[in-house]
Amino acid sequence: MTGYLLRRIGQTVVVLLGVSVIVFALTHLLPGGPARAILGIRATPAAIAAFNHAHGYDRPVSLQYLSYLNSLLHGDLGFSYTQNQSVASLLAQDIPKSAYLSLLALAISIIVGLPLGIAQAVRRNRFLDYAVTTGAFLGYSMPVFWLGLLLITWFAVDLSLLPPEAPQTATLGGALADPAAMVLPVAALAIVSIASFSRFMRSAAIENLAQDYIRTARAKGLAERTILVRHLLRNAMLPIITLIGLSIPTLVAGNLVVEQVFNYPGVGLLFFNAALRRDYPVEIALTLLGSALVVVGNLVADLAYGVADPRVRLA
Amino acid sequence: MTAPSLDALTLPQGGEVRADGGLWRAMSRAFTANRLAVLGIGLIVVIVLFCFLGPLIYHTDQVYTNLAAANLPPSAAHPLGTDYLGYDELGRLMAGGQSSIEVGLAAAVTASAIGVIWGALAGYAGGVLDTVMMRIVDVVLSIPGLFILLFVATIIPPTLGTMIAIIALFAWLIPARLVRGEVLSLRSREYVQAVTVMGGRGPQIMLRHLIPNAVGVIVVQATFQVADAILIFAVLSYLGFGLSAPAASWGEMLSSGTAYLYDGYWWQIYPPGVAILLIVLAFNFVGDALRDALDVRLRQT
Repeated sequence: MTGYLLRRIGQTVVVLLGVSVIVFALTHLLPGGPARAILGIRATPAAIAAFNHAHGYDRPVSLQYLSYLNSLLHGDLGFSYTQNQSVASLLAQDIPKSAYLSLLALAISIIVGLPLGIAQAVRRNRFLDYAVTTGAFLGYSMPVFWLGLLLITWFAVDLSLLPPEAPQTATLGGALADPAAMVLPVAALAIVSIASFSRFMRSAAIENLAQDYIRTARAKGLAERTILVRHLLRNAMLPIITLIGLSIPTLVAGNLVVEQVFNYPGVGLLFFNAALRRDYPVEIALTLLGSALVVVGNLVADLAYGVADPRVRLA
Repeated sequence: MTAPSLDALTLPQGGEVRADGGLWRAMSRAFTANRLAVLGIGLIVVIVLFCFLGPLIYHTDQVYTNLAAANLPPSAAHPLGTDYLGYDELGRLMAGGQSSIEVGLAAAVTASAIGVIWGALAGYAGGVLDTVMMRIVDVVLSIPGLFILLFVATIIPPTLGTMIAIIALFAWLIPARLVRGEVLSLRSREYVQAVTVMGGRGPQIMLRHLIPNAVGVIVVQATFQVADAILIFAVLSYLGFGLSAPAASWGEMLSSGTAYLYDGYWWQIYPPGVAILLIVLAFNFVGDALRDALDVRLRQT
């Protein structure tokens, strides 16, 4: 286990180093480099040269990479020129809000998606199964932003039930204080995940229903409900751990789109605005952070799987 | 399985695929029996005809704006109304469909080609090369796709070609993984060993024996990839990182319609969204059916 852990952590570090190289290389593909992006198109060559010298961009690329890596390791994520604030402070402000949105959506998709999948497996090829399958197909063929627009049209414009915009607030507390405004963004994000979770759970449950332990449980006269909750759910939930780990990139991307559609001031909107204004330090930091989240998430999911299912030996 | 005759060995016919009467026949039989697959193909045909032949019958100006005719509701002259620049929505739906389908297909084909070559090379070579190549795949795969796409889209000027390139650039990873896995399992089969014993060399084994046998998996994956590429292109266009005006795309149509959500201009919100939904759904149906059909083939042998 310790050996496995060390090896996986080593791999994670290698992957993250690779990501940093790619992202770093991308910024050097910028026409005119960062100086052009920050000083604008009318900057004189002399101004660009002065900027490059002042910020060390005239040094060899390998040296620049090392000093960039060095500042990263010291927790310096860079400085946003358009917001005149350090990237770290921007992140500290926005990460809690994004985490709130994503985790809430994730929790809801698990709570709704898993029972739905089991119900489908039990009533296989009946009306409910077909109805949910149709819904799931629609759910993951639909662009998230269109779903968001439809939700706004229906529930905010036509019915005037809910606010069309997410809470406009600088702090997590503000978002927590306005639950009505969170309903539509969370719903848009959750509906897509419910589609994939229920689909996954359906096939996991169908596979498990055919297993001997279910037959044994039935043979000893357990109530169907007990069988489903105590036996089937617990076993079929194992692969869901992996699925959650694997769905992190989708959640992060969906987060960006949903935050843009509902104007929710989280990390996704931060990245979107940075991309619009070519605020490269923010883009780089967030891309790195997103990758770290994906890699670490997968590692945690694998470890959790080993803990949840002692049959899986991590070696 | 009976021992293959010497002729069959000296004249390899792309491996076992054709020897057992046909991947294609078994697959097409299972495929046509699947109603969703037929529906999917039908939808794709209808949408492609609508987008590419439609403009020949229904003539609209999709280049010059006409602000006097902006935001008109559906009428006889404009069956789906007009947008904020006075473009006819029905005509724009056709023009936008062309770019969506072109980007989707081209990106999927490019990504699959890169993925197949990369995966086959890694799987066949094995050892250090395999480790390094697959580690590169891991690295790129761990970057959240939309982030890096937006990042690259801000650097490269948007044209149809660059859109295809940047979508393909981050879509070849899954096919690469799949093909590598497939090649790893195929290369230990007897018929590949037989070719090796007879002096077949690496490139020949890969191109004539390994890749043809992985073609089913590749085609299934490529079909899903078309759906994904169309969705990604729609997201990029919606976020404003797509083609420059006056080029049309479904995502861009939705993005301009968003400004009028409160005015009830439903004709700017529903048609492009439904179009994206239908084409993505269609490719997903076909992909699912192909996968099941391939499964049938695997079960028979």
